[in-house]
Amino acid sequence: MIDYINAITLLANYIIVPSLAYGSQLALGALGITMVYAVLRFSNFAHGEIMSFGTMISIFIIWLFQSIGISINPLPTALLALPFSITATIILLLILDKTVFRYYQQQRVQPVTFMIVSVGVMFFLAGFIRFLIGTSKKNFDDGERFIVKASQFKQMTGLAEGLSIRTTQAITVIVTILLVIFIFWFLNKTRTGKSMRAFSDNEDLALLSGINPERVIIITWILVGVLASVAGTLYGLDKGYKPFVYLQLVLPIFAAAIVGGVGNPIGAVAGGYIIAFSEAFITFAYKRFLTYLLPKEWAPEGLVQILSTEYKFAISFVLLVIVLLVRPTGLFRGKTL
Amino acid sequence: MKKIIGVSAAMLMLASPVIAEDIKIGISLGFTGPLESLAPAMNNGAQMAIAEVAESKSLLGGSNVVAVTGDSTCADTAAAVATGERLVTAENVNAIVGAMCSGATQAVLEGVAMPNGIVMISGSATAPVLSTVEDNGLFFRTAPSDARSAEVLADILKEEGYKSIAITYVNNDYGKGLGSAIESNFVAGGGSVTINAGHEENKGDYSADAAALAQAGGDILVVAGYADGGGGTIIQESLDRGSFETFFLPDGMYADSLTKTFGSQIDGSFGASAGTDSPGDATFKTLFADAGHEYNVYAGEYYDAAALIMLAMQAAGSSSSSDLKDHVMDVANAPGEKIYPGELAKAMKILAGGGQIDYVGASAVELIGPGESGGSYLQYEVKNGKFETVKYR
Repeated sequence: MIDYINAITLLANYIIVPSLAYGSQLALGALGITMVYAVLRFSNFAHGEIMSFGTMISIFIIWLFQSIGISINPLPTALLALPFSITATIILLLILDKTVFRYYQQQRVQPVTFMIVSVGVMFFLAGFIRFLIGTSKKNFDDGERFIVKASQFKQMTGLAEGLSIRTTQAITVIVTILLVIFIFWFLNKTRTGKSMRAFSDNEDLALLSGINPERVIIITWILVGVLASVAGTLYGLDKGYKPFVYLQLVLPIFAAAIVGGVGNPIGAVAGGYIIAFSEAFITFAYKRFLTYLLPKEWAPEGLVQILSTEYKFAISFVLLVIVLLVRPTGLFRGKTL
Repeated sequence: MKKIIGVSAAMLMLASPVIAEDIKIGISLGFTGPLESLAPAMNNGAQMAIAEVAESKSLLGGSNVVAVTGDSTCADTAAAVATGERLVTAENVNAIVGAMCSGATQAVLEGVAMPNGIVMISGSATAPVLSTVEDNGLFFRTAPSDARSAEVLADILKEEGYKSIAITYVNNDYGKGLGSAIESNFVAGGGSVTINAGHEENKGDYSADAAALAQAGGDILVVAGYADGGGGTIIQESLDRGSFETFFLPDGMYADSLTKTFGSQIDGSFGASAGTDSPGDATFKTLFADAGHEYNVYAGEYYDAAALIMLAMQAAGSSSSSDLKDHVMDVANAPGEKIYPGELAKAMKILAGGGQIDYVGASAVELIGPGESGGSYLQYEVKNGKFETVKYR
């Protein structure tokens, strides 16, 4: 019996806890991309840099708070900074909308043109962020670091395997759940949310029934700003902020959005967790896990790894290709909110 | 008529061998990309040497020398070649300092330097393959090859009494070369390697990598990666999950940002990097700090790289790469008067007077074999949350 508990603790410590946190970060990012796709109908490659921008503002605010001694120990100061970074990110997005995206929207350009425009915005933002905060890595998690430490857990339970849960991981998951509930409530229950869905479903019909397109677009950018700055800040809080990583983060986020079905918010959330968990489960070495479960003489000698971790990054793309081949609209039908 | 002009022009050149000119030195580093946080210090190192010589007006009869920078990135070899191409054809640089990462360096060497006959000196490209690559005598490096480093590192691990190790390496020329070289050296010495797995740089999440390493086990985790990148994050994950407590940290991990992040959590972790107790190192660091720059690894090697190019020009009496390439080894090695950082003007004077120098510089330069640093190593350990030097070897 104790062997089974050890085996489950092992999985929880190495796969379930970290993947839940990572999956939540991807889910929030994918949700933002999906909203832009559903309403504005283009793939926003600048999303990673928008997340990075929000994180940067959070860091500036945190530094300010730390210098004047404001904190909410044991919780990280980042939570206090979130409202400010959300506001700043929304302002940035509205400016970008007014100066860049609005024009192409009115011209009704091809999605491909729009996508390239977003790549341009991405490069601009990348440079702008480096200009302001520099390129080096910054850690801004303060407050209590662990909820449960591996060594404490071992002492408490007497198990051979430890379980550790970082505060940032718990915060990530909780904030994600709250935010996702809010977004779904907003889209399904409020008048504005319904008009967004109508607009995304059929733009012309929505216009005929008197929905103001400008208002819908502005509300979309506001939601995207909330999602992006929260996702970015949570990610940076959990793993450290480095501008370059946010560029790379766009790829798994897109994979998550597409696997779930682009344009479908439920799909985006599910896709985030699917990508995170598949990476962990497929590259995990099951040697010790099996040693607990199997009789002694059957204990494996090798690592019992399905794929080496070098291929971790390929997994999300293999998944992407399979989904696109078998079910091109994604697991949950995409395209509309 | 043409002939006469040509001949007289040639005569003129012979008659006055040194004419003051504008010399350009290209500095091609990964200002953007996975190692962008290290590039500024390297650039400052190289710029410092160039500024020192330019101020003294001692190079080739008072020639002016300026630096032209270019972004070689680190991972994107096509961008590195395009930058190299721009430096050589549009900016007409006489020689190139860089590129920074091994992959980019090899690409620029093969795509730009060799076709155009331009000398390249890198201060940080350490992949073993660069020792054997065809270079027409144009490529040098002031950093030692990882093949040599790996021997030293495996020796240290054995001396410290470790029998089984887990290795994670950053999946590029540097990490892969270093990881497999440590493995082969360590196994040859009777140790065992539980896992030798790569990780991609700058990815969103490393919990899967850390999990696989934890399952394989081992007495110590060798992290052949980057402190600000995946290497640092894997250490974080391993500590948090309680899977490893001590880490072996090669040069890519030897950064103050690492100890700033982890503090005394990684006490007892150790490693070695290219380093020297030569007085030049200390002199350089003081000069570097006085100039208001923040020190980082390989800044000294880049000072030396730029200095070697200019000294070789002086020794050759020409700013052209085809002439200076034969003099790099002469100025770098004995015999001659030892030259330390900040003494470039003195060296120029000696060379102009026909004397010989043995450039020591910031990194105790001694070029061996195919024109690379033989390397002296600094062994360090984390004590009370700080890197402390244990000894030099």
